[in-house]
Parts: sequence; structure tokens; C-alpha cells
Amino acid sequence: MTRATSLLYLDGVSVAFDGFKALNDLSLTIDPGEMRAIIGPNGAGKTTMMDVITGKTRPDSGEVYFSGAIDLTSEDEAAIAELGIGRKFQKPTVFESHTVWDNLELALKAPRGPFSTLFHVITGAEKTRIENLLELIRLTDKSSELAANLSHGQKQWLEIGMLLAQDPKLLLVDEPAAGMTDAETAETADLLKDIAKDHSVVVVEHDMDFVRSLDVKVTVLHEGSVLAEGSLDHVSADERVVEVYLGR
Amino acid sequence: MMSSFLFRAMDARAGIFLALMAAVIILVPVGNLLVPETSPFHVPTYAVTLMGKYLTYALLALAVDLVWGYCGILSLGHAAFFALGGYAMGMYLMRQIGTRGVYGDPLLPDFMVFLNWQELPWYWYGFDMFWFAALMVLLVPGLLAFVFGWFAFRSRVTGVYLSIITQALTYALLLAFFRNDMGFGGNNGLTDFKDILGFDIQADTTRAGLFAASGLALVVCFLICRSVTRSKLGKVLVAVRDAESRTRFLGYRVEHYKLFVWTLSAMMAGVAGALYVPQVGIINPGEFAPANSIEVVIWVAVGGRATLVGAVLGAVLVNFAKTWFTAALPDIWLFALGGLFVFVTLFLPKGIVGTLSDGWTALRQRRISSDFGEGSGDPPSQAPQSPGAPANVPPPGPAVSRAGAAHPQPAE
Repeated sequence: MTRATSLLYLDGVSVAFDGFKALNDLSLTIDPGEMRAIIGPNGAGKTTMMDVITGKTRPDSGEVYFSGAIDLTSEDEAAIAELGIGRKFQKPTVFESHTVWDNLELALKAPRGPFSTLFHVITGAEKTRIENLLELIRLTDKSSELAANLSHGQKQWLEIGMLLAQDPKLLLVDEPAAGMTDAETAETADLLKDIAKDHSVVVVEHDMDFVRSLDVKVTVLHEGSVLAEGSLDHVSADERVVEVYLGR
Repeated sequence: MMSSFLFRAMDARAGIFLALMAAVIILVPVGNLLVPETSPFHVPTYAVTLMGKYLTYALLALAVDLVWGYCGILSLGHAAFFALGGYAMGMYLMRQIGTRGVYGDPLLPDFMVFLNWQELPWYWYGFDMFWFAALMVLLVPGLLAFVFGWFAFRSRVTGVYLSIITQALTYALLLAFFRNDMGFGGNNGLTDFKDILGFDIQADTTRAGLFAASGLALVVCFLICRSVTRSKLGKVLVAVRDAESRTRFLGYRVEHYKLFVWTLSAMMAGVAGALYVPQVGIINPGEFAPANSIEVVIWVAVGGRATLVGAVLGAVLVNFAKTWFTAALPDIWLFALGGLFVFVTLFLPKGIVGTLSDGWTALRQRRISSDFGEGSGDPPSQAPQSPGAPANVPPPGPAVSRAGAAHPQPAE
């Protein structure tokens, strides 16, 4: 896999915090249209990797390229979001004092400057798009509810909806099933598979059943670098993976 | 585009506020100028000036509410912008004195003659023209806020750290303006004004005119604030207040938004200061005192953050109390103010207006659900909420912006 044809390309990325190596020579490539699950024990560097991709953390060394040509290490969060990388946080982060509708409207792909938003009038197309998203994330009847009043699972879904509203090329989804019931987890897996049809998705997850139901290529991280890569069955058979993660 | 921008500013609460303001702006000057002094409805001139002063404070509070209530920027230095606007107006008023000063110098204000200055400093040029002074009232605070905000917001200084540097800003200006060689009258400031736009500044009609101008400025700024906070930009501001980094990951440049609203707010504070100075007749470095800025924050907290109307109400109520206390029980005032702040923080965290509007929505909610329970009328457009849910339920209709009813979060 070369940089030119990849959607996301990380090569030799290292990040250290006060001497602790959160990422250690991490190399990872995501193809356009691919869905990838990333697993690994706590402290393996999953969230730090997302921070590096989205511009929150600058790598000490290494290359990060988007669409083969755009160097992400020289862009800030807002610019990277504009390029088409959306992120869902581990803890659901929605705007609690806004309604569900307003949350989606804010996330909707549109000019982001202060003066464009000051004079913005919502268009019919935008309304239709928000209504479609509400249906997809099953929050149509909650559209004028404050996001603060949603259940945990609904907040997770709203955040996924906001991610879709941005219409990104690549979605980074951090533990989407955390704190969900089994039924909600299954529904979330279906939703993500649905999304993966026309987006590239990177899912970080602990829940092995969830990862299995996604049925995609899996990357195992350990101590800041890639330990194994392949199908879930392939990596589960790897002795080192069993030792650091699965066997416990 | 523009019409929908302004149209957004209106709703029932804004309507009530505007009607009240219209009544005040008309009735108070009429009560002063047209009603004979023997009538019980006569408004004495000192009261007109006092209320005019309250209105300028209300405008200052409005400016603070815009940045604090909606964007979470707790400014403890807004009195600096207020005082700068006041100084710009004061410089115009000084230049109007001309030969009527104690020393009768046609060009130099008295304090410069007293300091043996030979010529007018360059930065006093142009202030003999009202339009220039009026422009500076907006530009000087606006520019300072822009430069300050540019560095602070770009470096992502937030929360208490930002509050502390705003205090440092106003304190630094206080010390600078105390110096005689700054050329702003030092310790004594600017005073002994004679007239404004050719009208005698002591005349009843001028005082009534200044009162009406303050009221109008408050109304105009209120409408601007409403339009801003109810636009999509206003929603982004609230988003920044509640989850700043999330807003960044959505692609919004948070620093640009903060800079916009911060500069706008500083300019409003400058206008408030410019209207304050001709009514009280003096501007001195004391206006930069850090405690003044903190007091403004108390007004807003008392009235209710992120309500706009609350900021106005809080400023008027607290200052009315201050006037009464400092006359009747002068020693008690500071304790009363401190006690008030503690009381509001503990028992009315949403302020007067926030608490009232919560109560109102809860009441309406109950009525809707009881109607529904009896089977009369249509089903409610909004399902009743669980008792644990916050009471401020959004009105039905998804496109309605409800930033005004949002829960303000503590700044830090």
C-alpha cells in the first residue's frame, strides 16, 4: 500500500508525554472506502492516534497524510474537520443546551465562518437533510428535545448523526458501543455497516462481540504500535495478541 | 437576508421589553419637561440623570452578558472598554469648553495649561469634532478588544486565566491613566464640561435628551444582541460555551467566533461609557478600577445570564439598591452587595429572569399535560417530560432557535 492511493497514511508516528511513549513508530494505512476496527488494551495509544489524526496532538516524529497528499501535521482541528475527517468521542459529546435539531444543524456541512453563520438562513435542502438524519438515528420524535435530556445511547446516536451531517470522507468513531445495552449495540453495528457503504470508517472498540459483528479487517495496537493486522480470526490466533489482550 | 436577520430579534419577551423601554424613553422626559413641578407625576431632573446613568450601566451589563452568558467568556475587565468610550467622549467635551475654561486657553484644556504644556498632544487632534469622537468611541475599545482577543483567543486562553488577564488589562489602564504625562488629566480625569453639540450640558432639555439617547442606544444594542444570539452564529457561541473542543472538531474556528463577539461587546461597552460621561459630568481613572468590572458581572448574575433582558434588569435593580443603600445605610452597601452575590449564586443560579422563565415554562408544561390527561383538545405537541428533566422545555417546531432559554454553564 502506498501513500498515493491511501485515504489515511500514518508512517513512523511517535508521540511521547513526559517520557511515556503513547505512540511508538506507529504505521497504519486506510484505503478509500475501507472500514477498519482498531482494538487494543488500555493505554495502547488508540485515543492518542485519533488525537494525532484530528490535529489535537502534534506527533514528535513521523508522517500523517490524508488523501495521499495533505499533510495533517501542519493543520489545526478546524481545518482537518473541513478537509473531511469527522470524529466521535469516547464519551458522547453533544451540545447539551441545544435541541437535537440544532445539534444536527450546527454539524451540517455549510460555510463555517462567523459572518456566514451570522446571516445564515436554513434552506429547504438543509431541512430535508436534517430530517433524513433524524430518521436514520431514530430521533425524529425527539427533534425539539434538549440534547441534555437524551439517554446515553441516544446521545451516542446523535453524535454519530452529527458526524454524518458533516458529510466527512473519513469517520473516526471512538467506542461507539460503550455503555449501550446489547440491543443498542447490535443496532449500532448495523448503523455503522450502513454508513461504511459510502464512507471510510475507523472504529476503536473494546467489545469483541461488537467487533465481530462488524466483520472487517482488524488492527491490534499495543504499546503505541501495531501488533497484528488481519481478520478477527487471524489476529485472535496470534499468540502475542492473545498474550497482551485477548487471553486475559 | 438583512430583514430576516432583524426579524429574528423579535418575540414576546423582546416585545414586552421594547414596549417598556419605549414607555420609559417617552414618559420620563415628558414627566420632567412638560408636567408642572407641583404635580405628583413630575420627574425631578436629578432623577432623570440618575435613571440615565442606570441605562448606560444596563448597556454595559448587556455587553457583558453577550460574551459571558452566550460564549462563556467571563470578562472581568469590561469597565476598561466602558471607560475608554467615556474618555473619548470626555475629550470631545473638553475640546468644547474652549475659552470658557479657568485659564481661558482656546486650544488647551485647563489641566494641560496647569502642567505647562505648550501644545495639544497629537492624539487630542480631531476630538473637537463630534463625528470623530463618536467614531473613536467605537474604534478605540473595539481595536483594543480586537488586539487583546486576537492574542488571548489564538493562544486558547480560557476560563479563569482569561478572567485574570482581563483584570490585569483594566488595572494596567488604571495605572496608565493615573499618570499626568499620559495627557488625560491624570488623577482628576476630565471634567467641568460646558456643552455637547452646542447644547448646555446642565440644561433640563439636554439631560432629558441624553436620557432618551441612552434608552435608544440600549434598545438598538439589545436588538443587535438578540439578532446575533438567535442566528446560527449564536448557536455556535452557545456550542463553544458548552463544549469548546467539540465545536472545533466540527470545523468551526472557535477563536474567530470569540473574537467577533468580544469585539462587538467591547464596542457596546464603549458606547455605554460615552453616554455615561456627559450625564455624570466627569470621567477619571477610577472607572478602570478592577472592582467596577466585577460589579458588572454581579449585575448580570443577579438578572440572569444568557437572557439579555436579565442583564438590563439586574443592572437597574442592583444600582437602584446601591443608590438607596449608600444614602440610607452607607456602611452596609458592600456587605449587602457581597451578600446578594452569595444569595444569587446559591439560590438563584439562573438569576431572576432565568428562574422566572423556567417557572413559566414548567407551568405551561403542566397545563398542556393536564389538558391532555382530561382528553380535551389536541394531543400536546410535546410529550411531558420526566420530573427529573430540566424544566425549560423547548417550544415545538424544530427551526425555532432557543439559545435564549439555554442553560448557562458556569464559566469555569
